[in-house]
Amino acid sequence: MAIQTSTKKIGLGRLDALLIPLLASGLALLVGAVMLQLLGANPLDAYAAMLRGALGSFNTLADTLVKATPLLFVGVGICIAYRGGIINIGGEGQIVIGSIAAVAVALTFPNLPGWVLVPASLMAGFIGGAFWGGLAGVLKISFHVNEVLSTVMLNFIAIQFMGFLLHGVLMDPTEKDNSIQIPQTQRLPPASDLWRWVPTQLHAGVLLGIVVAILVYIFLWRTTIGYRIRAVGLNPVAARYAGISVPRYQVLAILLSGAFAGLGGAVEVLGVTHRLFTDGSLTGFTGNAGFNGIVAALFGGLHPIGTIPAAFLFGALLVGANSLQRSVQVPSAFVTTLDGLVVIFVVSSQIWVRRRNLQRSTIESARTEISHPSEVESEPAK
Amino acid sequence: MITQLFTATVLVGIVSSGVRLATSYLYAAIGETFGQISGVLNLGVEGIMLVAAFAAYYAVLQTNDLWLGLLIAIIVGAAMGLMMAFISVTLKAEQGISGIGLYLFGLGLSDLLFRVTIGTTKTLNGFSNIDIPGLTSLPIVGPILFHQNLLVYGAFALVPIAWLILNKTPWGLMIRAVGQNPEAADSLGINVARVRYITVTVGGVLSGIAGASLSIALLNVFQQNLTSGQGFIAVALVYFGAWNPWRVMVGCLLFSMVNALQIWVQILGIPISSDLAVMMPYVLTIVALIFAARLKVTQPAALTKPFERGE
Repeated sequence: MAIQTSTKKIGLGRLDALLIPLLASGLALLVGAVMLQLLGANPLDAYAAMLRGALGSFNTLADTLVKATPLLFVGVGICIAYRGGIINIGGEGQIVIGSIAAVAVALTFPNLPGWVLVPASLMAGFIGGAFWGGLAGVLKISFHVNEVLSTVMLNFIAIQFMGFLLHGVLMDPTEKDNSIQIPQTQRLPPASDLWRWVPTQLHAGVLLGIVVAILVYIFLWRTTIGYRIRAVGLNPVAARYAGISVPRYQVLAILLSGAFAGLGGAVEVLGVTHRLFTDGSLTGFTGNAGFNGIVAALFGGLHPIGTIPAAFLFGALLVGANSLQRSVQVPSAFVTTLDGLVVIFVVSSQIWVRRRNLQRSTIESARTEISHPSEVESEPAK
Repeated sequence: MITQLFTATVLVGIVSSGVRLATSYLYAAIGETFGQISGVLNLGVEGIMLVAAFAAYYAVLQTNDLWLGLLIAIIVGAAMGLMMAFISVTLKAEQGISGIGLYLFGLGLSDLLFRVTIGTTKTLNGFSNIDIPGLTSLPIVGPILFHQNLLVYGAFALVPIAWLILNKTPWGLMIRAVGQNPEAADSLGINVARVRYITVTVGGVLSGIAGASLSIALLNVFQQNLTSGQGFIAVALVYFGAWNPWRVMVGCLLFSMVNALQIWVQILGIPISSDLAVMMPYVLTIVALIFAARLKVTQPAALTKPFERGE
């Protein structure tokens, strides 16, 4: 009986948690339309151009999927962190460190066959990202440094560290001779390339991203560790009374979050760029994926499965941004602005999700005589 | 080579640029201090700085009126501060995330407007250095402290003013009460929402000035992502400064001095990797945050917690 009511509640909660953000994003698009109008472009033409540019042909669709992939990896990680009550702003840095680790492995063992080298490089990216995320976790737990601040700092540190390596040990040896000195590595050994559907840009990492999202969903909702991470995020005090070590699961949450961002970086390097490079800026290599991944995760209701279509949507925005420039002469920076608006509107709309949930749980608790332990499980997340 | 650093001219140069570089951090961090003491974390400072920096730059480029530029930056800052207040106070949104939204919005908008209106980077004549009779001619101290532009003086004047307001006036008491125990403040008849609206808007105004201090006083240019993370660092410096304007100033100076040192190391051609040198201030900030946490200063109890009036 109690279980039945709680599943019903989850079902309804999910519907709200889906509809309200969608409505909020619609409003953000509306504000975007006003901005386009002010910029002298026809909003409908502009959005249509973006749609066509992102989904119009098989090739652009493939581009969209490829652009969505890093967002998906980061976003899936963000789901773990935020469900665990940790605000991870460090996606950028974690991507970078993951990419460095993947590249280092691929360049060190160029003669290994692909079936060894690819998994090894991906694993290195995963571990690199885990290390960078875990660092922020340890700083939080052992040194009481707020993770929002430490992850921001670690982003800058990672970018500079990458610059340091690319001006030094990792620099393309041929360029050292030519003394052109572009800060980039040599092309990675072809054995490390992810399988690609020639002639499109579509690579196997896209599929890996979807698999990872499903696995993370199972991890968060179907395993004890995942349950504990969510319990810690929902109510740390209650979790502690339940005997869960809050600090340990918080570190685990941000460590895993970083790991998936790092894996995303590795996939990007092995699947798309085939080398590491920097223009010295925060967004140069990652294309802001560390932040856009947060946007995708939020849009997906902080749910790994929901993050799949959300990442696709924002990937489409990124690809569509190029045709925005071409066909209606609106700079692609418009898309960053739109991303920001979507975040603001979606996060602001959560107040209505919470209200609806509150209403419902009041009704539910009036119906059930005694509150059942499974109430904790079904408690909607913020 | 290292000994080059320790000549009097170079040392004065480093400290002088350190003081100058602290300006934007000071405005932004002092502004953020007001918001945080009242319980609101505005992580969108960076976004506000960017839009205001562009707005001021554009106004000055069009009219050649520096004061108008500053005024525009203040208006933009106030508007965006108000927006953040509405999002975090009225709509009670998760502050860490809405701040990221405001950042992305500002990052995109400033770049978008720059490309649409100006497109290429042009240098303008910003606020020039003002000498103070009698003080500028002092040895060492003169060139360091009294040969700066108006916004630098303003930033340092802001510190005691902020301290006085926060610690010696009824307003300050109200702000702190709202950040420590909003329920109690509410029961004493303080309008929690209004106090937070005011502090976050004041923070926005100061972030706006911070942006302008870059685009029309220090660098006198605008480009994409001009602030390159300064707004985020300012937020970190508030934690480091334990919500005390004087200590926030110490943090700003520490950070900017290391930055100035790093710049001078490169000017002098000392063979230290510039990538590592640029990294140093960020590493230092983390180390500083570790020490700040050691001092057991507790943060405003209601920081990041929206106030829900119990009916």
